[in-house]
Amino acid sequence: MYSNKVLDHGTPARSAPTTVSLQIDGATVTVPAGTSLMRAAVEAGVKVPKLCATDSLEAFGSCRLCVVEVEGRKGFPASCTTPCENGMKVKTQTPKVAALRRNVMELYISDHPLDCLTCPANGNCELQDMAGVVGLREVRYGYQGDNHLQAPKDTSNPYFTFDPSKCIVCSRCVRACEEVQGTFALTVQGRGFESKIASGPTDFLNSECVSCGACVQACPTATLMEKSIAEQGQPDHAVVTTCAYCGVGCAFRAEMKGNEVVRMVPHKDGKANHGHSCVKGRFAWGYATHPDRVKKPMIRARITDPWREVTWDEAFAHAASEIKRIQAKYGRTSVGGITSSRCSNEETFLVQKLVRAGFGNNNVDTCARVCHSPTGYGLKQTLGESAGTQDFDSVDETDCVIVIGANPTDGHPVFASRMKRRLRGTATEPGAGLIVIDPRRIDLVRTPHVEAGFHLQLKPGTNVAVLNALAHVVVTEGLAREDYVRERCDLAEYEKWKAFVSLPKNSPEALEAATGVPAAQIRGAARLFAAAPNGAIYYGLGVTEHSQGSTTVMAIANLAMVTGNIGRPGVGVNPLRGQNNVQGSCDMGSFPHELPGYRHVGDAATRELFQKAWGRPIDDEPGLRIPNMFDAAVDGSFKALYVQGEDIAQSDPDTAHVQHALESLECLIVQDIFLNETAKYAHVFFPGSSFLEKDGTFTNAERRISPVRKVMPPLAGLADWEVTVAFAKALGYSMHYDHPAQIMDEIARLTPTFTGVSYAKLDRLGSIQWPCNADAPEGTPYMHAKQFVRGKGRFFLTEYVETPERTTRQFPLLLTTGRILSQYNVGAQTRRTHNTVWHDADVLEIHAHDAEQRGIRDGDLVSLQSRKGATTLRAVVTERMQPGVVYTTFHHPESGVNVVTTENSDWATNCPEYKVTAVQVVPHAKKSEWQEQFGRFSDTQVGLVPKTAVRGESR
Amino acid sequence: MDGPKLVRMANQIATFFATEPVRALAVEGVAGHLKRFWEPRMRRELLAMHAAGPVPGLHELVAEALRTQRAQLEPAARG
Repeated sequence: MYSNKVLDHGTPARSAPTTVSLQIDGATVTVPAGTSLMRAAVEAGVKVPKLCATDSLEAFGSCRLCVVEVEGRKGFPASCTTPCENGMKVKTQTPKVAALRRNVMELYISDHPLDCLTCPANGNCELQDMAGVVGLREVRYGYQGDNHLQAPKDTSNPYFTFDPSKCIVCSRCVRACEEVQGTFALTVQGRGFESKIASGPTDFLNSECVSCGACVQACPTATLMEKSIAEQGQPDHAVVTTCAYCGVGCAFRAEMKGNEVVRMVPHKDGKANHGHSCVKGRFAWGYATHPDRVKKPMIRARITDPWREVTWDEAFAHAASEIKRIQAKYGRTSVGGITSSRCSNEETFLVQKLVRAGFGNNNVDTCARVCHSPTGYGLKQTLGESAGTQDFDSVDETDCVIVIGANPTDGHPVFASRMKRRLRGTATEPGAGLIVIDPRRIDLVRTPHVEAGFHLQLKPGTNVAVLNALAHVVVTEGLAREDYVRERCDLAEYEKWKAFVSLPKNSPEALEAATGVPAAQIRGAARLFAAAPNGAIYYGLGVTEHSQGSTTVMAIANLAMVTGNIGRPGVGVNPLRGQNNVQGSCDMGSFPHELPGYRHVGDAATRELFQKAWGRPIDDEPGLRIPNMFDAAVDGSFKALYVQGEDIAQSDPDTAHVQHALESLECLIVQDIFLNETAKYAHVFFPGSSFLEKDGTFTNAERRISPVRKVMPPLAGLADWEVTVAFAKALGYSMHYDHPAQIMDEIARLTPTFTGVSYAKLDRLGSIQWPCNADAPEGTPYMHAKQFVRGKGRFFLTEYVETPERTTRQFPLLLTTGRILSQYNVGAQTRRTHNTVWHDADVLEIHAHDAEQRGIRDGDLVSLQSRKGATTLRAVVTERMQPGVVYTTFHHPESGVNVVTTENSDWATNCPEYKVTAVQVVPHAKKSEWQEQFGRFSDTQVGLVPKTAVRGESR
Repeated sequence: MDGPKLVRMANQIATFFATEPVRALAVEGVAGHLKRFWEPRMRRELLAMHAAGPVPGLHELVAEALRTQRAQLEPAARG
């Protein structure tokens, strides 16, 4: 259960425009209409005993423990289900209710083990607390009768146990699974004495359960219990921090014993997650102290040499001398750096500062290059700011959702739960409409109580065609919101665009052959979206990772503008960002052409500002982007790279080319918590620190800056920001900070959208959505409120251009790639947790028709081949795929998915086209040549690391 | 740098701006994009290829941008 140290209001807050006043135990309290007596009592400082109620769930009224007396009314109403009325006089404690409560508790305890002293919930159990509160002193019924005390425990889930002998069937878990998570994996089976909680035909692991932890959190007893608590005991203190997994950026309470994490529980007041979590943030944090952590700095001359463990000072001196030597020999622009989207804003800011001021060039980039760089470009061009327009709460007010190229239930699960809640609707309000545009039948297309009105199952690579066709329908059928456009957009550009999308070549009928989507479906979807009072578009990497990624982002912005859907709650263009701080790393000036705050390096005034603050000249030319760095390395003009918390050898496309580039470097400096795939090509290794080991901030997909707080000392002795500072000093460029708060102060001084941000304000408000400045002192939940940031919104012509990647007789299928719920990105973190029980290898999803043609059965090993390379995977035959399209993930390095992907990229940003590769699939029981080589290389490299560096012992 | 790859990338940029009905704006779009996003050694190499004679397969808008906007695209010489 949630910590009993945190106040539970019993029922959710209401936000009615009117209030009611009543008396509770003689005290007058005023609450929003619709508030329960139980919640009002808490507002008045009175805790009514309860078991089946908790403030994350709607009241249910089954336990009868919260009964009260209301003057002038008969009986004993349950305070959780009774709404407040004006003038009510409520008594929460009378002899009669006390006797009733004791009787109720007596019945519960007559079928509950009396093992409190050895129970893992001891000290944090609502049942135990309530027995104490109601004054239960005896159980008159004895324990000889029928009971559930011998019911077997389900330990199948790696993170929590289900012990039905302790269950009081309050159904909080069932309701949490339905209301909060939206999975509907749990039910109450049977009636009366026979009733029990069931997770499916066999056990939790084999059920529909997605291990989000909502049921465990809701359980008032030890029935659903974290294994970590059972093993370590109850925590002694808690620190509120931010999850280091995806771009949802959930707030968590890190519950601690000394420097040891006992559990992570989603923070109720977290504005991104409102007390919800997913399997990664909630449970998969064990990687942070995994034995594989490298805890000592290491250096070597050649990548075939054994690593030599050195002191921090030696490592900094060596790295700095190499950078200086290389710059002296090959020139100032022969070196560069990559900032990490997994590190904090402060750390990212320092790495780009080191490159621009210390290295003296703009060769700095970040992993957003390979994910959302088209978002940065496309939204800046059309709307004026490189970020999503809304907060997550906005989805509550939407009437129609388009999800394009995103799989939120897997990639952004906590937000997906929120979205599903809106899609399901309530008893009084119908759910929002849903249009899914995706080559695969993602879970959201049909999930309990949610069904997409339209699933436009397009061919990979045809997003722009589908969006143009949708816009064509809106414009030619007179559905455009021209009043909105006239007021807020550049009219000349609009007219040009309108003429363009109205062309017959952009009609759904004309594009049907290219997209594979029936024209009638496109027309229906366009009408549904245009008719919605509030329409919102959510998108992910299925939009950006294409040769037309930036064009697609612009087409999305066009569609949002023409339907009048930007500038208020419930609408907007919402990129679902991948990694925890990918928005932040972009904001912090990680792109080679932009200083912090998305200001071009060619802008003299901006450059002057930074030159003055940093005391060094800033180059006025853009630097190399990551793929350009690889090309320049192969070419011989780029010789050294400092990579912080990023695994380009695994995550970037066309592995053979990346490996060639890395091997061409004379000095590769890697800073990471593990010896990742990139580090196997490195000459200097700086051990990194996990999110638990440092202070800082992350910025999520809704521009929300949230604090990351240190709960244990850095395992290798230094936090990542301290490493960059010391490295810069060794290079002769001094930066001085005593604490990351001072780095944020510098960011605020130099960045107009961050002027009002400080650690003090973050402590006060919990989190802040930028822009935060004099115009918006407490931040900006939704942008472009009165006008677009760029002034007038600009429509761009978005001609559909077929990708150069074509199917051929040799490569007749299209491969598209993505990710799944239990694993994260390159898997460096999640592969070192029990999450591997759900996904221990990447698999290839293939449609039954394509499988049958090739003699492939479910579970067979197959060779996946493209013009770039081949790899061997296990096939999963599934109807989720459309014929002609196969799918896989890139969570395991030995899968070598990127051996197959190509060098094609987005025209504007060089974001790689991961989503379209022409391939062939054939039955093949052996590893590919690349996999054999990889295995040998990887084993050798691991063997070159001194054992003392991994265990962190001194020599 | 990989010359043919630079040509492919430049052509992709030209394909986007080719939709612009006013040719001068399209050429300016291509040149502006190269100037704002391409690191000097990439621009230098493309300019050198173009200066050496007709580049096979180069989009005409790129060719025109390189010809007419050379001053803008030529990186300043420095260490």
